[in-house]
Amino acid sequence: MDLLSALRRLGRDSLDVLSVFGRASVIWWEAIWRRPHFANLPLVIKQIYQLGVLSVVIVVLSGFSIGAVLALQGYNQLVKYGSESALGLGVALVLVMEIGPVVSALLFAGRAGSAVTAEIGLMKATEQLSSMEMIGVDPLQRIVAPRLWAGFISMPILAMMFSVVGIWGASLVGVDWLGVYEGAFWATMQDGVDFKSHVLKGIIKSVVFGLVVTWIAVFQGYDTQPTSEGIAASTTRTVVYSSVAVLVLDFFLTLVMFNF
Amino acid sequence: MENHIIKIEDVTFSRGQRRIFDGVSIDIPEGKIVGIMGPSGTGKTTLLRLIGGQLKPDGGNVFVDGHEIPALSREELFEVRKSMGMLFQSGALFTDLTVYDNVAFPIRIHTRLPEEMIRDLVLIKLQSVGLRGAAQLYPSELSGGMTRRVALARAIALDPRIIMYDEPFAGLDPIAMGVIVELIKTHNRVYGTTSIIVSHDIGETASIADIIFIISDGKVIGSGSPKDLFDEVSSPRVQQFIKGLPDGPVPFHYPAADYKEELLESTVTSSGRFF
Repeated sequence: MDLLSALRRLGRDSLDVLSVFGRASVIWWEAIWRRPHFANLPLVIKQIYQLGVLSVVIVVLSGFSIGAVLALQGYNQLVKYGSESALGLGVALVLVMEIGPVVSALLFAGRAGSAVTAEIGLMKATEQLSSMEMIGVDPLQRIVAPRLWAGFISMPILAMMFSVVGIWGASLVGVDWLGVYEGAFWATMQDGVDFKSHVLKGIIKSVVFGLVVTWIAVFQGYDTQPTSEGIAASTTRTVVYSSVAVLVLDFFLTLVMFNF
Repeated sequence: MENHIIKIEDVTFSRGQRRIFDGVSIDIPEGKIVGIMGPSGTGKTTLLRLIGGQLKPDGGNVFVDGHEIPALSREELFEVRKSMGMLFQSGALFTDLTVYDNVAFPIRIHTRLPEEMIRDLVLIKLQSVGLRGAAQLYPSELSGGMTRRVALARAIALDPRIIMYDEPFAGLDPIAMGVIVELIKTHNRVYGTTSIIVSHDIGETASIADIIFIISDGKVIGSGSPKDLFDEVSSPRVQQFIKGLPDGPVPFHYPAADYKEELLESTVTSSGRFF
């Protein structure tokens, strides 16, 4: 391959990437910012159920397991220095600031994001989106916007549930099983975890993750090739892109919010 | 003079490298049944999408009821579409709604009628397609013919002035096909709806259409009443299509290299993969 064709290819690929971002931004703009439709509130509630409520079981189960594992591993290290009373503090900080928002967003991408992409993609393939347009209803308002709002609202709640259940799992393992002094477990947590500097920053992270994951999911569905291969590829892309986006964004959000 | 509700003026349209329309002009008179016919892949469905504003032409213009469709904003376009109904080939029913709610959907969106009145309207529309009894079924429980009848009931729910039918006869058994033909005819007669039928079923379309346009190779190659087109006066291309001759001016073969040479050639052209 000579230089010219390499350059040509680079140019074409860059244009493709730019046009993807352009189309994704148009969806975002048309669906959310330009004309919020309050008449669509029942649809938002239905989507909160589909995306949020139905994700509760997987989030709670994972939160409990991770909390329990953190307590086991944390206890092993802390007990060497006789500081196992700090177990509550350690587990709570890790969950609230990092693992809660990140892992629940990854789970959300796998469970709800993939479903959103497949659903919208199939609607496109079966001409349901086209027929909606011809009936005079904007699918961006009726299909895309409620899902974006639902992701935006559900994600922080799911992340908080994850952290709370995780802390409960850690207390079961740490306090009830390994015998950490209960008073110390909770008191160090109460003392060391601050709402503004820890909990709120975790919530902000999960709001951002919720937006990004649902945005990727609806865009991949809306922009899919309306064939079986196309929908399969888009669903995969949703999970891959949102997972990578969550992890990379987490780094930058931590960098910005925790004053490094 | 006839009032033309839809005017397509010298439209050109390409998809990638492929030119689909190369200066197509069609005037559709109000209140008539108009057939748009042509071999598969001539962009008949694309034409409906240009009329509905889902695609924009590269050149030329499309007017619907005086509105310049390509120049409309998204909101204006949705407004104009309220006076259009479209029957998709696949039916395109909303799979998460029952038959009843599918038909009620456009009424609920565009009117503020009380639910009792919507109920009456939906039942009237379903009765007219013979599916009042199927109101509570979901689209997955319907046969192909029933799906298309429900889609028709939904397309006529708001009594649009224009209805576009995309291959309304494709893949139906003779009875279902007869039912659809009858429904299109009745609806046109009773409501004076302008009906555009995109199809390659010559018999059915010719039996109800007032005017037929035949498109091939990106151009209108013939138009007129079904009787005119069946007469010998029309061009050989039109005759070939109307009479269903396999080969003629419209080639049966996709452009290819010489047959004998390719058979004798030893290079393998397939990718050699099964999947």
